[in-house]
Amino acid sequence: MTHYLDFEKPLAEIEGKAEELRAIARQSEEMDVEDEAKALDRKAETLLKDLYSSLTPWRKCQVARHPNRPHCQDYIDALFTEFTPLAGDRNFADDHAVMGGMARFNGIPVVVIGQEKGHDTKTRIERNFGMARPEGYRKAIRLMELAHKFNMPVVTLVDTPGAYPGKGAEERGQSEAIARSTEKCLQIGVPIVSVVIGEGGSGGAVAFATADRVAMLEHSVYSVISPEGCASILWKDAEKMREAAEALRLTAQDLYKLGICDRIITEPMGGAHRDRKHTIASVGRCIEQMLGDLKDLKSKDLVAKRRKKFLDMGSKGLAA
Amino acid sequence: MNWITNYVRPTINSFFSRRDTPENLWTKCESCGTMLFHRELKDNQNVCTNCGHHMAITPRERFAHLFDGGIFVEVDVPEPLADPLQFRDQKKYPDRMKAAQKKTGEKEAMLVAEGEIGRTPIVAAAQDFTFMGGSMGMYVGNAIIAGAERAVATGKPFVLFSAAGGARMQEGILSLMQMPRTTVAVQMLKEANLPYIVVLTHPTTGGVTASYAMLGDIQIAEPNALICFAGPRVIEQTIREKLPEGFQRAEYLLDHGMLDRVTPRTKLREELITIIRMLMGQPPAIVGDLPAPAAAPAEEAPAADSK
Ligand SMILES: [Zn+2]
Repeated sequence: MTHYLDFEKPLAEIEGKAEELRAIARQSEEMDVEDEAKALDRKAETLLKDLYSSLTPWRKCQVARHPNRPHCQDYIDALFTEFTPLAGDRNFADDHAVMGGMARFNGIPVVVIGQEKGHDTKTRIERNFGMARPEGYRKAIRLMELAHKFNMPVVTLVDTPGAYPGKGAEERGQSEAIARSTEKCLQIGVPIVSVVIGEGGSGGAVAFATADRVAMLEHSVYSVISPEGCASILWKDAEKMREAAEALRLTAQDLYKLGICDRIITEPMGGAHRDRKHTIASVGRCIEQMLGDLKDLKSKDLVAKRRKKFLDMGSKGLAA
Repeated sequence: MNWITNYVRPTINSFFSRRDTPENLWTKCESCGTMLFHRELKDNQNVCTNCGHHMAITPRERFAHLFDGGIFVEVDVPEPLADPLQFRDQKKYPDRMKAAQKKTGEKEAMLVAEGEIGRTPIVAAAQDFTFMGGSMGMYVGNAIIAGAERAVATGKPFVLFSAAGGARMQEGILSLMQMPRTTVAVQMLKEANLPYIVVLTHPTTGGVTASYAMLGDIQIAEPNALICFAGPRVIEQTIREKLPEGFQRAEYLLDHGMLDRVTPRTKLREELITIIRMLMGQPPAIVGDLPAPAAAPAEEAPAADSK
């Protein structure tokens, strides 16, 4: 079952009709509906192209949060071999919102870390919808230290609504954990590359995405606050999320102009969820290129360039 | 150069012109309701003389109490792009900025200065909650970087007073990028082996807490300051339960191991002098009245660079 977003309603109708026709045809042999169904297919394709060639920022947020979008686990399963999950922060718990471990990427040992949102009710709850607690960031810190020590590049996959706003999370130092994770990203003497595969939610994303290279999927978003949150603060009305999404400049395209993301990875027509395999392969090629760019740099230069990159950020505004 | 100076008086006046203050002479403590004479309140650094409640204090007032003889020199902060995103909510960002500048008499939400405390030279930065909630945008990031660079260049400790609702939404992703940017500033200090002391004041929340405000060598908070990543309201909405008394307040964080100390504002200066002199390997401070820093510097410390 395809999950349709609200703005995809007309598309759902056409695709539904085509499917219906074909279902009827399967039951009675005399009926030939293929021509009609194909016409509907073409209509759907045109509409899909129309919708996706001009997604508004808010619609991009919806696509970025699409439940069928490939998630961290899907990328790890497809792009890495010998994935060996490593658990725990050695202090309090293992945070299931954060996947992390060693693996091989194109045969090379790396550390891979990312937020996993889950794909059904059970796994979503298990993964806390991709919202990490301090233990998740502290696990990431530990893994980055391991990567540094054994000279393994770090790949991070960012997909989180934000850090978890919970009582325990606060008591155990959510802010300190995020701050230290960002700090660790800036310290390690190995390449660190990051891909925003869905939602880059605020500080919870920065803690992983403070990287030498940051790529974003075409319809992913990265923002200081969710459009709903921004709308409720600045517009005093959470329903103004469309306006807020517009104002925040959270799309990959705007972030590229601002120099925040280095690459945009094209998604299949209709979004990553319409061709997961193709999306994952594109992300794989991008990671390969980003790591390739960095492989000859010495530790010292890597760290120095990374710091300079962030210090220089913001010198570029959006051209009017 | 310093267009701000002319505006300092109005700032202080507007602070005391709030409700229930006839002739600007009295301020009602929002905690215990006591009417406080403004001179007395000001001398006590905006701490209620009856109940010890800590009210907001502007960076300029704070520095006047902090530095020897109230003397400090501002550190220049590189000007960022104005309104980089052309942000507009119900108001335009530049209009909000103008309103905040008019209200506070300050240019932005952070003031960086150098001077001496107990004859120990330091660089200090203070965030101004009255300026758009102290929110962290490019300017605040630049201010922290400028302060850290100045501290490293002159071999001085860096003391930072935080106060912010979080990131400056009107700068979108660029405000978020101040988390890594300010973290680089903290790393500069650490690599130079210079003390970085954070004083968290009410309130310090969001991305500010999750970056430079939590990375100090020493973490001090003012009493009852709200310090958190996610605010209490957001948490209550998420977990649908009432939060315990004092949750996310300075004393609560101290109990949960997130802070070194909770120190009243009126004792801070003394405490900072003690801590900094130990960290810098200097002899104990001389107790008693000190002359204002003059041309002749104390032997163990270089004089503040006067521009
Ligand atoms: Zn009082």
